Amino acid sequence: MTSLRVLTIGGFISYRALFNWLRPSTYVFTTLVPSITKLAFFVFLGRAAHIADDSWYVAGNALVVAASPSIFGMAQTIAGERYTQTLGLLVVSPANRVAVFLGRALPATLNGIVVSAWAFAVGSLLFGVSVPGGAVGPLALTIALTATSCVGLGLFNAALGLRWRETGVFGNVLLYVLLLFAGVNIPLDRLPGWLSTLAQGLPVTHGARAARELVGGATLGHVLPLLGAEALVGAAYLAVGLTAIRLFETEARRGASLEVA
Amino acid sequence: MLSRSPFDMFVVVASPLIFATLARYAYAGQPAEALLVGAIAAGVMGIWSSTTASGAGALQTQRYYGVLELLVASPTPFWAVVLPISVAISGIGIYSLLVGLAYVRLVYGVPIEIHDWPAFLVGVAATIGSIGSLGFVLASALVRYRSAFMVGNVFEWPVWMICGLLIPVAALPGWLQPVSWVLAPTWGMRALRDATLGHAGAWAAIGIGVALAALYLCVGMLLLRVFVRLARAHATLSLT
Repeated sequence: MTSLRVLTIGGFISYRALFNWLRPSTYVFTTLVPSITKLAFFVFLGRAAHIADDSWYVAGNALVVAASPSIFGMAQTIAGERYTQTLGLLVVSPANRVAVFLGRALPATLNGIVVSAWAFAVGSLLFGVSVPGGAVGPLALTIALTATSCVGLGLFNAALGLRWRETGVFGNVLLYVLLLFAGVNIPLDRLPGWLSTLAQGLPVTHGARAARELVGGATLGHVLPLLGAEALVGAAYLAVGLTAIRLFETEARRGASLEVA
Repeated sequence: MLSRSPFDMFVVVASPLIFATLARYAYAGQPAEALLVGAIAAGVMGIWSSTTASGAGALQTQRYYGVLELLVASPTPFWAVVLPISVAISGIGIYSLLVGLAYVRLVYGVPIEIHDWPAFLVGVAATIGSIGSLGFVLASALVRYRSAFMVGNVFEWPVWMICGLLIPVAALPGWLQPVSWVLAPTWGMRALRDATLGHAGAWAAIGIGVALAALYLCVGMLLLRVFVRLARAHATLSLT
Protein backbone atom coordinates (compact mmCIF):
# COMPACT_ATOMS: atom_id res chain seq x y z
CA MET A 1 0.00 0.00 0.00
CA THR A 2 2.81 2.39 0.93
CA SER A 3 4.58 1.60 -2.32
CA LEU A 4 1.38 2.28 -4.24
CA ARG A 5 1.04 5.67 -2.51
CA VAL A 6 4.67 6.50 -3.28
CA LEU A 7 4.17 5.42 -6.88
CA THR A 8 1.04 7.48 -7.54
CA ILE A 9 0.86 10.48 -5.19
CA GLY A 10 4.63 10.81 -4.84
CA GLY A 11 5.10 10.76 -8.59
CA PHE A 12 2.31 13.29 -9.14
CA ILE A 13 3.64 15.78 -6.58
CA SER A 14 7.18 15.40 -7.88
CA TYR A 15 6.07 16.16 -11.41
CA ARG A 16 3.99 19.17 -10.40
CA ALA A 17 7.04 20.63 -8.70
CA LEU A 18 9.19 19.87 -11.70
CA PHE A 19 7.20 21.86 -14.21
CA ASN A 20 6.31 24.79 -12.03
CA TRP A 21 2.64 24.57 -12.90
CA LEU A 22 1.92 27.96 -11.43
CA ARG A 23 3.05 29.28 -14.82
CA PRO A 24 1.51 27.13 -17.56
CA SER A 25 3.11 29.41 -20.16
CA THR A 26 6.43 27.79 -19.25
CA TYR A 27 5.07 24.46 -20.44
CA VAL A 28 3.70 25.96 -23.64
CA PHE A 29 6.92 27.73 -24.59
CA THR A 30 9.40 25.07 -23.50
CA THR A 31 7.52 21.98 -24.63
CA LEU A 32 4.55 22.47 -26.94
CA VAL A 33 5.88 25.20 -29.25
CA PRO A 34 9.37 23.69 -29.74
CA SER A 35 7.80 20.31 -30.58
CA ILE A 36 6.10 21.92 -33.59
CA THR A 37 9.06 24.04 -34.72
CA LYS A 38 11.31 20.98 -34.57
CA LEU A 39 8.82 18.95 -36.59
CA ALA A 40 8.51 21.74 -39.18
CA PHE A 41 12.32 21.95 -39.50
CA PHE A 42 12.56 18.30 -40.45
CA VAL A 43 9.57 18.41 -42.81
CA PHE A 44 11.23 21.23 -44.76
CA LEU A 45 14.60 19.47 -44.63
CA GLY A 46 12.94 16.38 -46.07
CA ARG A 47 11.41 18.44 -48.85
CA ALA A 48 14.70 20.14 -49.67
CA ALA A 49 16.69 16.90 -49.66
CA HIS A 50 13.92 14.96 -51.46
CA ILE A 51 14.08 12.19 -48.87
CA ALA A 52 10.43 11.45 -48.24
CA ASP A 53 7.00 13.08 -48.23
CA ASP A 54 5.58 15.22 -45.45
CA SER A 55 3.55 12.43 -43.85
CA TRP A 56 6.74 10.39 -43.32
CA TYR A 57 8.29 13.26 -41.35
CA VAL A 58 5.14 14.26 -39.47
CA ALA A 59 4.54 10.69 -38.26
CA GLY A 60 8.17 10.12 -37.23
CA ASN A 61 8.74 13.47 -35.56
CA ALA A 62 5.39 13.50 -33.78
CA LEU A 63 6.57 10.37 -32.00
CA VAL A 64 10.14 11.43 -31.27
CA VAL A 65 9.02 14.69 -29.62
CA ALA A 66 7.87 12.51 -26.70
CA ALA A 67 11.56 11.83 -26.06
CA SER A 68 12.36 15.38 -25.06
CA PRO A 69 10.07 15.68 -21.99
CA SER A 70 10.77 12.04 -21.13
CA ILE A 71 14.55 12.25 -21.15
CA PHE A 72 14.88 15.67 -19.54
CA GLY A 73 11.88 15.27 -17.26
CA MET A 74 13.16 12.01 -15.82
CA ALA A 75 16.70 13.35 -15.42
CA GLN A 76 15.32 16.32 -13.56
CA THR A 77 13.75 14.02 -10.99
CA ILE A 78 17.29 13.38 -9.72
CA ALA A 79 18.90 16.72 -10.60
CA GLY A 80 15.96 18.61 -9.09
CA GLU A 81 16.24 16.70 -5.82
CA ARG A 82 19.95 17.48 -5.70
CA TYR A 83 19.30 21.18 -6.41
CA THR A 84 16.80 21.40 -3.57
CA GLN A 85 19.14 19.33 -1.37
CA THR A 86 16.57 16.62 -0.81
CA LEU A 87 18.34 13.85 -2.74
CA GLY A 88 20.00 12.58 0.43
CA LEU A 89 16.65 12.41 2.22
CA LEU A 90 15.17 10.49 -0.69
CA VAL A 91 18.00 7.99 -0.73
CA VAL A 92 17.92 7.31 3.02
CA SER A 93 14.15 6.86 3.04
CA PRO A 94 12.90 3.27 3.27
CA ALA A 95 10.55 3.78 0.30
CA ASN A 96 10.60 1.14 -2.40
CA ARG A 97 12.97 2.45 -5.10
CA VAL A 98 11.00 0.89 -7.94
CA ALA A 99 7.84 2.61 -6.70
CA VAL A 100 9.65 5.94 -6.25
CA PHE A 101 11.11 6.05 -9.73
CA LEU A 102 8.27 4.39 -11.60
CA GLY A 103 5.98 6.83 -9.82
CA ARG A 104 7.99 9.63 -11.33
CA ALA A 105 7.91 7.88 -14.69
CA LEU A 106 4.10 7.79 -14.88
CA PRO A 107 3.52 11.56 -15.20
CA ALA A 108 6.50 11.75 -17.57
CA THR A 109 4.86 9.12 -19.75
CA LEU A 110 1.56 10.95 -19.68
CA ASN A 111 3.34 14.16 -20.61
CA GLY A 112 5.10 12.43 -23.51
CA ILE A 113 1.74 11.14 -24.76
CA VAL A 114 0.21 14.62 -24.58
CA VAL A 115 3.13 16.25 -26.41
CA SER A 116 3.21 13.52 -29.03
CA ALA A 117 -0.55 13.67 -29.67
CA TRP A 118 -0.35 17.47 -29.86
CA ALA A 119 2.49 17.33 -32.39
CA PHE A 120 0.66 14.71 -34.43
CA ALA A 121 -2.54 16.76 -34.54
CA VAL A 122 -0.94 20.14 -35.25
CA GLY A 123 1.65 18.68 -37.65
CA SER A 124 -1.08 16.90 -39.62
CA LEU A 125 -3.12 20.10 -39.87
CA LEU A 126 -0.15 22.26 -40.86
CA PHE A 127 1.19 19.93 -43.51
CA GLY A 128 -2.07 18.44 -44.75
CA VAL A 129 -1.44 14.88 -43.59
CA SER A 130 -4.69 12.92 -43.49
CA VAL A 131 -5.02 10.16 -40.94
CA PRO A 132 -7.57 7.41 -41.76
CA GLY A 133 -10.38 7.33 -39.18
CA GLY A 134 -9.70 3.71 -38.34
CA ALA A 135 -6.07 4.50 -37.58
CA VAL A 136 -6.74 6.90 -34.69
CA GLY A 137 -7.08 4.19 -32.03
CA PRO A 138 -4.01 2.20 -33.12
CA LEU A 139 -2.08 5.48 -33.43
CA ALA A 140 -3.01 6.35 -29.84
CA LEU A 141 -1.66 2.98 -28.75
CA THR A 142 1.51 3.55 -30.78
CA ILE A 143 2.00 6.95 -29.19
CA ALA A 144 1.47 5.54 -25.69
CA LEU A 145 3.93 2.70 -26.24
CA THR A 146 6.57 4.96 -27.78
CA ALA A 147 6.25 7.52 -24.98
CA THR A 148 6.68 4.72 -22.43
CA SER A 149 9.74 3.46 -24.19
CA CYS A 150 11.21 6.99 -24.26
CA VAL A 151 10.61 7.23 -20.51
CA GLY A 152 12.61 4.01 -20.16
CA LEU A 153 15.53 5.78 -21.81
CA GLY A 154 14.82 8.80 -19.59
CA LEU A 155 15.06 6.59 -16.52
CA PHE A 156 18.51 5.52 -17.64
CA ASN A 157 19.45 9.20 -18.04
CA ALA A 158 18.10 9.85 -14.53
CA ALA A 159 20.32 7.04 -13.24
CA LEU A 160 23.34 8.70 -14.80
CA GLY A 161 22.34 11.80 -12.83
CA LEU A 162 23.13 9.92 -9.63
CA ARG A 163 26.70 9.54 -10.76
CA TRP A 164 27.33 12.67 -12.85
CA ARG A 165 25.83 16.13 -12.63
CA GLU A 166 25.57 16.88 -16.33
CA THR A 167 22.27 15.21 -17.12
CA GLY A 168 21.50 18.05 -19.55
CA VAL A 169 24.48 17.06 -21.68
CA PHE A 170 23.63 13.34 -21.59
CA GLY A 171 20.01 14.16 -22.33
CA ASN A 172 20.94 16.19 -25.38
CA VAL A 173 23.23 13.43 -26.65
CA LEU A 174 20.45 10.84 -26.26
CA LEU A 175 17.92 13.11 -27.89
CA TYR A 176 20.10 13.79 -30.92
CA VAL A 177 20.93 10.10 -31.24
CA LEU A 178 17.20 9.46 -31.58
CA LEU A 179 16.71 12.34 -34.03
CA LEU A 180 19.52 11.13 -36.26
CA PHE A 181 19.65 7.37 -35.95
CA ALA A 182 16.18 6.11 -34.96
CA GLY A 183 14.93 6.25 -38.54
CA VAL A 184 12.90 9.35 -37.77
CA ASN A 185 14.67 11.84 -40.00
CA ILE A 186 17.14 9.77 -41.97
CA PRO A 187 15.84 6.54 -43.51
CA LEU A 188 17.65 3.57 -41.97
CA ASP A 189 18.79 2.36 -45.40
CA ARG A 190 20.87 5.55 -45.76
CA LEU A 191 22.84 4.76 -42.61
CA PRO A 192 25.82 2.39 -42.46
CA GLY A 193 24.71 -1.21 -41.78
CA TRP A 194 26.03 -1.33 -38.21
CA LEU A 195 24.24 1.90 -37.33
CA SER A 196 21.05 0.66 -38.89
CA THR A 197 21.29 -2.50 -36.79
CA LEU A 198 21.96 -0.46 -33.66
CA ALA A 199 18.86 1.61 -34.40
CA GLN A 200 16.70 -1.50 -33.89
CA GLY A 201 17.51 -1.21 -30.18
CA LEU A 202 16.54 2.46 -29.88
CA PRO A 203 13.21 3.72 -28.61
CA VAL A 204 10.98 5.27 -31.33
CA THR A 205 12.50 3.27 -34.25
CA HIS A 206 9.70 0.69 -34.37
CA GLY A 207 7.01 3.07 -33.14
CA ALA A 208 7.76 5.57 -35.91
CA ARG A 209 7.60 2.81 -38.50
CA ALA A 210 4.28 1.60 -37.12
CA ALA A 211 2.86 5.14 -37.12
CA ARG A 212 3.86 5.65 -40.76
CA GLU A 213 2.26 2.38 -41.77
CA LEU A 214 -0.94 3.27 -39.90
CA VAL A 215 -1.09 6.67 -41.59
CA GLY A 216 -0.57 4.85 -44.87
CA GLY A 217 -3.67 2.73 -44.20
CA ALA A 218 -2.29 -0.36 -42.42
CA THR A 219 -4.39 -2.08 -39.77
CA LEU A 220 -3.53 -2.68 -36.13
CA GLY A 221 -2.93 -6.35 -36.80
CA HIS A 222 -0.39 -5.46 -39.46
CA VAL A 223 1.69 -3.27 -37.13
CA LEU A 224 1.41 -5.42 -34.00
CA PRO A 225 4.89 -6.94 -34.44
CA LEU A 226 6.36 -3.41 -34.61
CA LEU A 227 4.46 -2.37 -31.49
CA GLY A 228 5.67 -5.52 -29.75
CA ALA A 229 9.25 -4.63 -30.65
CA GLU A 230 8.77 -1.07 -29.36
CA ALA A 231 7.33 -2.41 -26.08
CA LEU A 232 10.24 -4.81 -25.74
CA VAL A 233 12.79 -2.04 -26.28
CA GLY A 234 11.00 0.16 -23.74
CA ALA A 235 10.89 -2.63 -21.16
CA ALA A 236 14.59 -3.26 -21.65
CA TYR A 237 15.45 0.41 -21.03
CA LEU A 238 13.20 0.51 -17.96
CA ALA A 239 15.00 -2.53 -16.56
CA VAL A 240 18.42 -1.08 -17.38
CA GLY A 241 17.42 2.27 -15.86
CA LEU A 242 16.18 0.75 -12.59
CA THR A 243 19.27 -1.45 -12.33
CA ALA A 244 21.55 1.51 -12.98
CA ILE A 245 19.75 3.55 -10.32
CA ARG A 246 20.37 0.77 -7.81
CA LEU A 247 24.03 0.49 -8.77
CA PHE A 248 24.78 4.21 -8.78
CA GLU A 249 22.87 4.77 -5.55
CA THR A 250 24.95 2.12 -3.82
CA GLU A 251 28.13 3.60 -5.23
CA ALA A 252 27.13 7.14 -4.21
CA ARG A 253 26.32 6.02 -0.64
CA ARG A 254 29.62 4.22 -0.39
CA GLY A 255 31.63 7.16 -1.67
CA ALA A 256 29.44 9.84 0.02
CA SER A 257 29.26 11.51 -3.36
CA LEU A 258 25.51 11.91 -3.67
CA GLU A 259 25.48 15.69 -3.36
CA VAL A 260 28.75 16.34 -5.12
CA ALA A 261 28.53 13.94 -8.06
CA MET B 1 33.17 30.63 -17.66
CA LEU B 2 31.13 29.30 -20.59
CA SER B 3 34.10 27.44 -21.97
CA ARG B 4 34.28 25.53 -18.66
CA SER B 5 30.62 24.57 -18.64
CA PRO B 6 30.00 21.07 -20.04
CA PHE B 7 26.51 22.08 -21.18
CA ASP B 8 27.66 25.19 -23.01
CA MET B 9 30.56 23.33 -24.57
CA PHE B 10 28.13 20.64 -25.68
CA VAL B 11 26.07 23.33 -27.40
CA VAL B 12 29.01 24.68 -29.35
CA VAL B 13 31.06 21.54 -29.91
CA ALA B 14 28.64 18.65 -30.24
CA SER B 15 25.92 20.53 -32.14
CA PRO B 16 28.02 20.97 -35.29
CA LEU B 17 28.98 17.30 -35.21
CA ILE B 18 25.33 16.36 -35.05
CA PHE B 19 24.14 18.70 -37.77
CA ALA B 20 27.09 18.02 -40.06
CA THR B 21 26.22 14.33 -39.71
CA LEU B 22 22.61 15.14 -40.51
CA ALA B 23 23.73 17.04 -43.62
CA ARG B 24 25.96 14.12 -44.61
CA TYR B 25 23.12 11.59 -44.60
CA ALA B 26 20.27 13.88 -45.64
CA TYR B 27 22.14 15.13 -48.70
CA ALA B 28 23.88 11.82 -49.44
CA GLY B 29 25.26 11.62 -52.97
CA GLN B 30 25.91 15.36 -53.28
CA PRO B 31 29.40 16.63 -54.20
CA ALA B 32 31.99 17.15 -51.45
CA GLU B 33 31.58 20.91 -51.49
CA ALA B 34 27.93 20.45 -50.42
CA LEU B 35 29.16 18.72 -47.27
CA LEU B 36 31.67 21.52 -46.70
CA VAL B 37 28.82 24.03 -46.89
CA GLY B 38 26.82 21.75 -44.57
CA ALA B 39 29.64 21.90 -42.03
CA ILE B 40 29.69 25.69 -42.24
CA ALA B 41 25.91 25.73 -41.79
CA ALA B 42 26.30 23.50 -38.73
CA GLY B 43 28.84 26.03 -37.41
CA VAL B 44 26.43 28.94 -37.89
CA MET B 45 23.75 26.86 -36.14
CA GLY B 46 26.15 26.48 -33.23
CA ILE B 47 26.72 30.25 -33.10
CA TRP B 48 22.97 30.81 -32.98
CA SER B 49 22.47 28.11 -30.32
CA SER B 50 25.18 29.59 -28.19
CA THR B 51 23.57 33.02 -28.51
CA THR B 52 20.09 31.85 -27.55
CA ALA B 53 20.82 29.13 -24.99
CA SER B 54 23.89 30.53 -23.28
CA GLY B 55 22.99 34.20 -23.72
CA ALA B 56 19.81 33.80 -21.72
CA GLY B 57 21.71 31.84 -19.09
CA ALA B 58 24.37 34.52 -18.73
CA LEU B 59 21.94 37.24 -17.72
CA GLN B 60 20.00 34.87 -15.48
CA THR B 61 23.28 34.09 -13.73
CA GLN B 62 23.86 37.79 -13.04
CA ARG B 63 20.37 37.95 -11.59
CA TYR B 64 20.86 34.77 -9.56
CA TYR B 65 24.02 36.12 -7.91
CA GLY B 66 22.37 39.47 -7.21
CA VAL B 67 24.71 41.39 -9.50
CA LEU B 68 22.11 42.59 -11.97
CA GLU B 69 20.88 45.41 -9.71
CA LEU B 70 24.44 46.60 -9.16
CA LEU B 71 25.12 46.59 -12.89
CA VAL B 72 21.98 48.58 -13.62
CA ALA B 73 22.75 51.04 -10.83
CA SER B 74 26.36 51.62 -11.87
CA PRO B 75 27.15 54.78 -13.87
CA THR B 76 28.28 52.71 -16.88
CA PRO B 77 25.53 52.64 -19.51
CA PHE B 78 23.80 49.29 -19.15
CA TRP B 79 23.94 48.57 -22.87
CA ALA B 80 27.74 48.72 -22.60
CA VAL B 81 27.51 45.87 -20.09
CA VAL B 82 25.04 43.67 -21.95
CA LEU B 83 26.34 44.07 -25.51
CA PRO B 84 29.85 42.66 -24.89
CA ILE B 85 28.30 39.70 -23.06
CA SER B 86 26.03 38.95 -26.02
CA VAL B 87 28.77 39.29 -28.62
CA ALA B 88 31.26 37.29 -26.53
CA ILE B 89 28.75 34.47 -26.18
CA SER B 90 28.21 34.43 -29.94
CA GLY B 91 32.00 34.46 -30.30
CA ILE B 92 32.16 31.17 -28.38
CA GLY B 93 30.29 29.79 -31.37
CA ILE B 94 33.48 30.01 -33.42
CA TYR B 95 34.34 26.66 -31.86
CA SER B 96 31.30 25.29 -33.69
CA LEU B 97 32.66 26.43 -37.02
CA LEU B 98 36.11 25.01 -36.36
CA VAL B 99 34.73 21.70 -35.06
CA GLY B 100 32.37 21.37 -38.03
CA LEU B 101 35.18 21.94 -40.52
CA ALA B 102 37.60 19.62 -38.71
CA TYR B 103 34.91 16.94 -38.52
CA VAL B 104 34.13 16.81 -42.24
CA ARG B 105 37.85 16.97 -43.05
CA LEU B 106 38.90 14.18 -40.70
CA VAL B 107 35.89 11.87 -40.87
CA TYR B 108 34.66 12.32 -44.42
CA GLY B 109 37.90 13.49 -46.07
CA VAL B 110 36.33 16.67 -47.44
CA PRO B 111 39.06 19.14 -48.50
CA ILE B 112 38.69 22.56 -46.84
CA GLU B 113 38.93 24.68 -49.97
CA ILE B 114 37.87 28.26 -49.37
CA HIS B 115 37.97 30.27 -52.59
CA ASP B 116 37.97 33.72 -50.99
CA TRP B 117 39.75 33.61 -47.63
CA PRO B 118 39.58 37.38 -46.90
CA ALA B 119 35.80 37.39 -47.46
CA PHE B 120 35.47 34.20 -45.39
CA LEU B 121 37.40 35.57 -42.41
CA VAL B 122 35.65 38.93 -42.49
CA GLY B 123 32.39 37.01 -42.94
CA VAL B 124 33.03 34.98 -39.77
CA ALA B 125 33.62 38.17 -37.76
CA ALA B 126 30.56 39.85 -39.29
CA THR B 127 28.41 36.78 -38.63
CA ILE B 128 29.42 36.61 -34.98
CA GLY B 129 28.99 40.36 -34.55
CA SER B 130 25.58 40.47 -36.20
CA ILE B 131 24.21 37.37 -34.46
CA GLY B 132 25.60 38.71 -31.17
CA SER B 133 23.74 41.98 -31.82
CA LEU B 134 20.55 40.04 -32.42
CA GLY B 135 21.23 38.26 -29.12
CA PHE B 136 21.54 41.74 -27.55
CA VAL B 137 17.96 42.50 -28.65
CA LEU B 138 16.73 39.24 -27.09
CA ALA B 139 18.75 39.86 -23.94
CA SER B 140 17.04 43.20 -23.37
CA ALA B 141 13.76 41.37 -22.69
CA LEU B 142 15.50 39.19 -20.10
CA VAL B 143 16.19 42.21 -17.96
CA ARG B 144 12.47 42.72 -17.41
CA TYR B 145 11.02 39.25 -17.85
CA ARG B 146 12.60 36.31 -16.06
CA SER B 147 10.73 33.92 -18.28
CA ALA B 148 12.29 35.42 -21.41
CA PHE B 149 14.83 32.58 -21.29
CA MET B 150 12.11 30.66 -23.11
CA VAL B 151 12.80 32.88 -26.11
CA GLY B 152 15.89 30.77 -26.72
CA ASN B 153 13.80 27.60 -26.75
CA VAL B 154 11.19 29.07 -29.01
CA PHE B 155 13.47 30.65 -31.61
CA GLU B 156 16.30 28.12 -31.87
CA TRP B 157 14.73 25.74 -34.41
CA PRO B 158 12.74 28.32 -36.41
CA VAL B 159 15.87 30.37 -37.08
CA TRP B 160 17.74 27.22 -38.10
CA MET B 161 14.85 26.47 -40.41
CA ILE B 162 14.28 29.78 -42.18
CA CYS B 163 17.78 31.22 -42.49
CA GLY B 164 19.03 29.02 -45.32
CA LEU B 165 21.39 26.96 -43.18
CA LEU B 166 20.60 23.31 -43.95
CA ILE B 167 17.39 24.14 -45.79
CA PRO B 168 17.59 26.49 -48.80
CA VAL B 169 15.42 29.59 -48.33
CA ALA B 170 13.86 28.81 -51.72
CA ALA B 171 12.47 25.55 -50.31
CA LEU B 172 10.33 27.47 -47.79
CA PRO B 173 6.82 28.76 -48.41
CA GLY B 174 6.80 32.17 -50.15
CA TRP B 175 5.35 34.02 -47.15
CA LEU B 176 8.16 32.79 -44.91
CA GLN B 177 11.07 33.79 -47.12
CA PRO B 178 10.96 37.57 -46.38
CA VAL B 179 11.22 36.79 -42.65
CA SER B 180 14.65 35.32 -43.28
CA TRP B 181 15.84 38.63 -44.79
CA VAL B 182 15.73 40.45 -41.43
CA LEU B 183 17.63 37.73 -39.57
CA ALA B 184 21.41 37.97 -39.29
CA PRO B 185 22.14 34.22 -39.64
CA THR B 186 20.70 34.34 -43.19
CA TRP B 187 23.31 36.84 -44.35
CA GLY B 188 26.10 35.31 -42.32
CA MET B 189 25.46 31.94 -43.92
CA ARG B 190 25.17 33.48 -47.37
CA ALA B 191 28.46 35.34 -46.92
CA LEU B 192 30.33 32.25 -45.73
CA ARG B 193 28.84 30.00 -48.41
CA ASP B 194 29.60 32.43 -51.23
CA ALA B 195 33.15 33.01 -49.94
CA THR B 196 33.69 29.25 -49.73
CA LEU B 197 32.35 28.45 -53.18
CA GLY B 198 33.80 31.55 -54.85
CA HIS B 199 30.40 32.95 -55.75
CA ALA B 200 29.86 36.68 -56.15
CA GLY B 201 27.85 38.20 -53.34
CA ALA B 202 29.91 37.40 -50.25
CA TRP B 203 30.86 41.02 -49.63
CA ALA B 204 27.33 42.24 -50.29
CA ALA B 205 26.00 39.71 -47.74
CA ILE B 206 28.63 40.89 -45.25
CA GLY B 207 27.50 44.48 -45.83
CA ILE B 208 23.87 43.59 -45.21
CA GLY B 209 24.86 41.66 -42.09
CA VAL B 210 26.73 44.68 -40.73
CA ALA B 211 23.81 46.97 -41.55
CA LEU B 212 21.45 44.60 -39.74
CA ALA B 213 23.82 44.55 -36.75
CA ALA B 214 23.63 48.35 -36.61
CA LEU B 215 19.84 48.16 -36.74
CA TYR B 216 19.75 45.52 -33.98
CA LEU B 217 21.97 47.72 -31.81
CA CYS B 218 19.61 50.67 -32.16
CA VAL B 219 16.54 48.52 -31.45
CA GLY B 220 18.31 46.73 -28.58
CA MET B 221 19.39 49.99 -26.91
CA LEU B 222 15.88 51.36 -27.18
CA LEU B 223 14.29 48.19 -25.81
CA LEU B 224 16.87 47.94 -23.06
CA ARG B 225 16.07 51.46 -21.90
CA VAL B 226 12.35 50.63 -21.81
CA PHE B 227 12.81 47.26 -20.08
CA VAL B 228 15.24 48.61 -17.48
CA ARG B 229 12.78 51.37 -16.61
CA LEU B 230 9.98 48.82 -16.31
CA ALA B 231 12.13 46.48 -14.21
CA ARG B 232 13.01 49.34 -11.85
CA ALA B 233 9.39 50.44 -11.63
CA HIS B 234 8.17 46.92 -10.86
CA ALA B 235 11.16 46.07 -8.64
CA THR B 236 11.77 42.82 -10.55
CA LEU B 237 15.53 43.07 -11.15
CA SER B 238 16.46 40.84 -8.24
CA LEU B 239 13.63 38.34 -8.57
CA THR B 240 15.00 34.97 -9.51
